[in-house]
Amino acid sequence: MLQRSRLLATLFRKDILLEFRQQYSFYGVLLYVASTIFVLYMALGQPENMVWNGLFWMMQLFICVNAVAKTFLQEGKGRQLYFYSLCSPVDFMLARMLFNATLMLLMNGISLLLFNLLLGSPIAHPLLFLGISCFGACSISLVFSFLAAIAARAQQNAALMAILGFPLIIPQLLLLMRLSTLAFSDVYQSGLWTIVGLLAGFDALVVILSVILFPFLWKD
Amino acid sequence: MLRKNWWKILSIFLLIYTFTAGFLGSVPQKPILNETIRNLYFHVAMWFVMMILFIISVVYSVRYLRHNKPIDDVYAVEFARTGIVFGVLGLLTGSLWARYTWGDFWSNDPKQLGAAIALLIYLAYFVLRNSLTDMDKSARISAVYNVFAFAMLFPTIWIIPRMVESLHPGGMGNPAFNTKDIDSRMRIIFYLGAIPGWTLLSVWISSLRIRLHLFAIKHERNV
Repeated sequence: MLQRSRLLATLFRKDILLEFRQQYSFYGVLLYVASTIFVLYMALGQPENMVWNGLFWMMQLFICVNAVAKTFLQEGKGRQLYFYSLCSPVDFMLARMLFNATLMLLMNGISLLLFNLLLGSPIAHPLLFLGISCFGACSISLVFSFLAAIAARAQQNAALMAILGFPLIIPQLLLLMRLSTLAFSDVYQSGLWTIVGLLAGFDALVVILSVILFPFLWKD
Repeated sequence: MLRKNWWKILSIFLLIYTFTAGFLGSVPQKPILNETIRNLYFHVAMWFVMMILFIISVVYSVRYLRHNKPIDDVYAVEFARTGIVFGVLGLLTGSLWARYTWGDFWSNDPKQLGAAIALLIYLAYFVLRNSLTDMDKSARISAVYNVFAFAMLFPTIWIIPRMVESLHPGGMGNPAFNTKDIDSRMRIIFYLGAIPGWTLLSVWISSLRIRLHLFAIKHERNV
C-alpha cells in the first residue's frame, strides 16, 4: 500500500515536471481561458446571475476538454510504451486523474478570478461557490481523463473527445449548475445533499470504471 | 436457437394481439389522457425494448473484453444499433403522445432530455467505431466505451429525471403504472403481449443484422 502510494506520487510528480518543462502547452491553455472569457465579456458585458452561472460552467467544460485532452494526446507511442514497461496501468491512470484534477483546480481558480473581474461578481456566498466549483472541476476532469484516454487510443483530436464527452457530462453539469445557484442568493434548495451525494457517487463510479477499463485500452 | 422459427411466429402473433387488443380493447377513462393511454403498448414498450437491447449489447461488450472473440463485438454493435432504432421510435411515439396531452411535440421535459441524451451517447459509440480503421482495435476501444457509456446512462435516464419536476406519467402525482391507473386488462396486454412481442421482434431484427454483418466480414465488405 505504502509502496503504491509512493509510486502514485512519483507518477504524479512526473506529470507536473513535464508540465513545467513544456510550459508552452500550459500557457496555451491559460491564454485560451483568458481570451475566451474576454470574448464573453465583450459579447455580454455583465450578465444576469443565471447567465453568469451557465457561462461559468460551460467555460469549465471547454477548458477541461482542452486541458485534459492535451495530457494524453501529446504523448507519443514510444513514450507510452516506455510507461507501459515501468508501471501498471491502474497506477498510471490514477496518477493521471490526480494530475488532471489538480490542473483543473488551478484553471478553475483562474477562470473564477477572471469571471469576477470581467463579468461582474454576483455571487453572494463566495466560499460556497468556490467549494462547489472545485468539486465540479474535479468531477468533470475525472470523466474527461478517461475519455481522453479513449480518444488518444483512437488517435484522434479533441473533436472526438467532445463528441464522446458532451452527452455523458450533461447530467453532471446540470446537477452542478443547480447546486451552484445556491451561492447566488439565500434560496433554500431542497434535496441539496442528495445532489452532492449523487455527484460524489458519479465520481466514484467514474474512478472505478476507469480502473477496471483502462488496462484494456492500454495494451496494444 | 436464433435460427429456429417458432419465436418469430410467436412474435408476429403477439404483435397482432397487441395491435388488435390494444386499439380495440376497452381502457379506463382518465381525464386528459383519454384514449392516448393506449400508447402504453407502444411507447413504453419501445423503451423497455431499448433498455433490454442495450443491456444485451453491454453484456457482449464485456464478453468481448474478457475473451477477445470478434463475434461478440458483432453482437454488441448490432444489438446497440437496433436499440437506437427502438429508442428513436420511443422518442417519436412519446412526442406524438405529448402533442395531444401536453400540447406540444417537444417541451424540454427532463424525460425527453434524458432520452435524447441517451441516444446521443449511443450515436457517439458509432462515431467512435467508425473513426477507427483497425478492426481489432476498433472493437476493443468501442467495447470499453460501451461499458463506460452504459454505466453513465443509468443515472441519466433513471435517476436524474426523477429528481426534477416532470410532467411525465409516474412523476409529480401524474398517473402511470400503479393499480389505480391501469386495470388488469391493460396489464395483461402490456406484459404478455407488447413487451415480449416487441422484444422478440427486436431480437429478430438484430439477428438478421448480425447475419448480414458476419456475411460482410466473411466477404470483406463494409456493412
